[in-house]
Amino acid sequence: MNSMLDLQDLTKTYAGPNGAVPALLRFSLTVQPGEFVSVQGPSGCGKTSLLLAAGGLLQPDSGRVVVDGVELYALSAAARARVRATKIGFVFQQFHLIPYLSVLDNVLCPSLAADLPDAPAQARGLLDRFGLSHRLHHVPAQLSTGERQRTALARALLHSPRLLLADEPTGNLDSDNGAAVLAHLASYAQNGGAVLLVTHDPRVAEYASRTVRMITANKELQQKAGPQ
Amino acid sequence: MTVTRLIWREMWHRKLSFALGAVSVAVAVGVLVAQVALLKKHDLRTEQLLAEKEADTKTRLQKYEDDVRKITVKMGFNILILPKDQALADLHDEDKLARTMPEDYAAKLARTRVATINHVLPTLTRKIKWPERERKVILMGVKGEVYLQSASQKPILEAVAPGQMVVGSELHRSLSLKTGQPLRFMGRDFKISKLMEERGSSEDITLWINLNEAQELLQAPGVINAILALECNCSPDRLAKIREEISALLPDTRVIEFASQALGRAEARNRAAQQAAEELQQEREGRAHLRAQRESFAAVLTPAVFLASGVWIALLTWVNVRDRRTEIGVLRALGVRSSQVLLIFVGKAALMGLVGAVVGEGVGLLCGGFAGEPLPQRLQMGVLCRETLLLVLAAAPILTVVASWIPALLATQQDPALVLQEE
Repeated sequence: MNSMLDLQDLTKTYAGPNGAVPALLRFSLTVQPGEFVSVQGPSGCGKTSLLLAAGGLLQPDSGRVVVDGVELYALSAAARARVRATKIGFVFQQFHLIPYLSVLDNVLCPSLAADLPDAPAQARGLLDRFGLSHRLHHVPAQLSTGERQRTALARALLHSPRLLLADEPTGNLDSDNGAAVLAHLASYAQNGGAVLLVTHDPRVAEYASRTVRMITANKELQQKAGPQ
Repeated sequence: MTVTRLIWREMWHRKLSFALGAVSVAVAVGVLVAQVALLKKHDLRTEQLLAEKEADTKTRLQKYEDDVRKITVKMGFNILILPKDQALADLHDEDKLARTMPEDYAAKLARTRVATINHVLPTLTRKIKWPERERKVILMGVKGEVYLQSASQKPILEAVAPGQMVVGSELHRSLSLKTGQPLRFMGRDFKISKLMEERGSSEDITLWINLNEAQELLQAPGVINAILALECNCSPDRLAKIREEISALLPDTRVIEFASQALGRAEARNRAAQQAAEELQQEREGRAHLRAQRESFAAVLTPAVFLASGVWIALLTWVNVRDRRTEIGVLRALGVRSSQVLLIFVGKAALMGLVGAVVGEGVGLLCGGFAGEPLPQRLQMGVLCRETLLLVLAAAPILTVVASWIPALLATQQDPALVLQEE
């Protein structure tokens, strides 16, 4: 079976005031369809860089990122945007909902980038599934943090991406809300989607099919991987 | 979700920022429209003033002309056509028939209707001793006027029927003559048909008889020695023209114009016409000068306001881009293309331009309508220049797009990874 996400020898270094700061060092990982992979590590170990590189938003210094058989960084920026618009969903720790749009409009945002004829019905269905039917016309400021994250999750799933990239999605949530979001992600993976989630929350392991532990690159031990 | 909806929602969310941008466009457009309206108003007012002045001048000149005509008619004939070698001083020489010309010259002149000649009267004149009364008189043989310009005109000098005589003032007073009284002259009997009033001229010692009888008495058949005519003094350079035309028509003649009060009036009319033309020209030049001043002011003010508005729009867009960095990053993460991000910002700027243009046009027209010179109600609609308004409506969004282009372009080049890592 073709892997959904294939990261090969990713290296990314940032320029810092005291010289180069490595974020990723020869990092490799494969995520299969239906797999929920959790990448765990302390803050600053390069988790977010990994996720952005996997989503075609951060070009690594070296290495390859292959999404559903397409090597992302061999494409133009516009073509990468098309891949994101059709195959990848993002969930962020800070939710990043657009403050002036209603819950429904926020969820509909991916339809700006891709032609989604059933988007309104799909959005309502997702929001109903996430228990937000009564919040359709509320703006993010009127939502609880859990509701915001569920809205962000619904937005990430609107275009039925094959790969979901989640950056600390439970970081700002209490345990109940965190558990609800993780359950949704697990359910999404069970239905054939691939999930790559980066977190320092150990509870995620309970929902993930596989956990990858990252250590900081500058200690020359980039990765240790293995099933839980 | 569409870009339009996103723009609309964002605009509604940041109302103040949008309003500040739209107001700056409205100010620029308002200044432009008001300036155009004021200049248009100035032009209309100028046209109105000049038309009024022209009409007034025309009326005055017509009145002058009318006066001159009336006076001219009142004064009697003012043109004398003589045989070429006939000196005016010798015309009434005693016992000597002056030089003559064919009688049909008068008919010829009347038929040809030279220049503004009117009331053509052929005469045969001679100073002669009235043998029956032993005194000097001027005998003038006259026929009826051979040409009148219109049927309503009355002849200046009535025709004298054969056997009748018209007597000058000095003669009838000194001789106590009465109308209807028989009178013998050079052995022929006449009947006095009219007694003339005092004129203070040689006419006071003149006897008028029928031309044919005068020709018989003076033994000068078929000739005359003067043609009297009336010329209306209608144009300043008329005498040269009359002379030119008459000399072409009647060879061996000369034209003499009697100095008269009419000439003075005609001169006054000509001076008035000249003065009126000068006043009109001064008014025209004054208005043109004022317009040039207003145009210069508009030429400085309008671009300055537009430039300031452009800078302000650019600044507002830049602030908007900075405030929406995360939103841009998220949209890019969702697969929104950079061209769409550009469209989000320039679309908003275009909308700002359109709203500002509509408001600015309204305010500009109001200001332009109320400011400056008053204009009659019927001319006020003329201030509206539909083409300019449409052009401004089309151009304002384009200019705001141009002003916001660089900040919008910066938004498209923003690295979403940097923004998303910052959070």
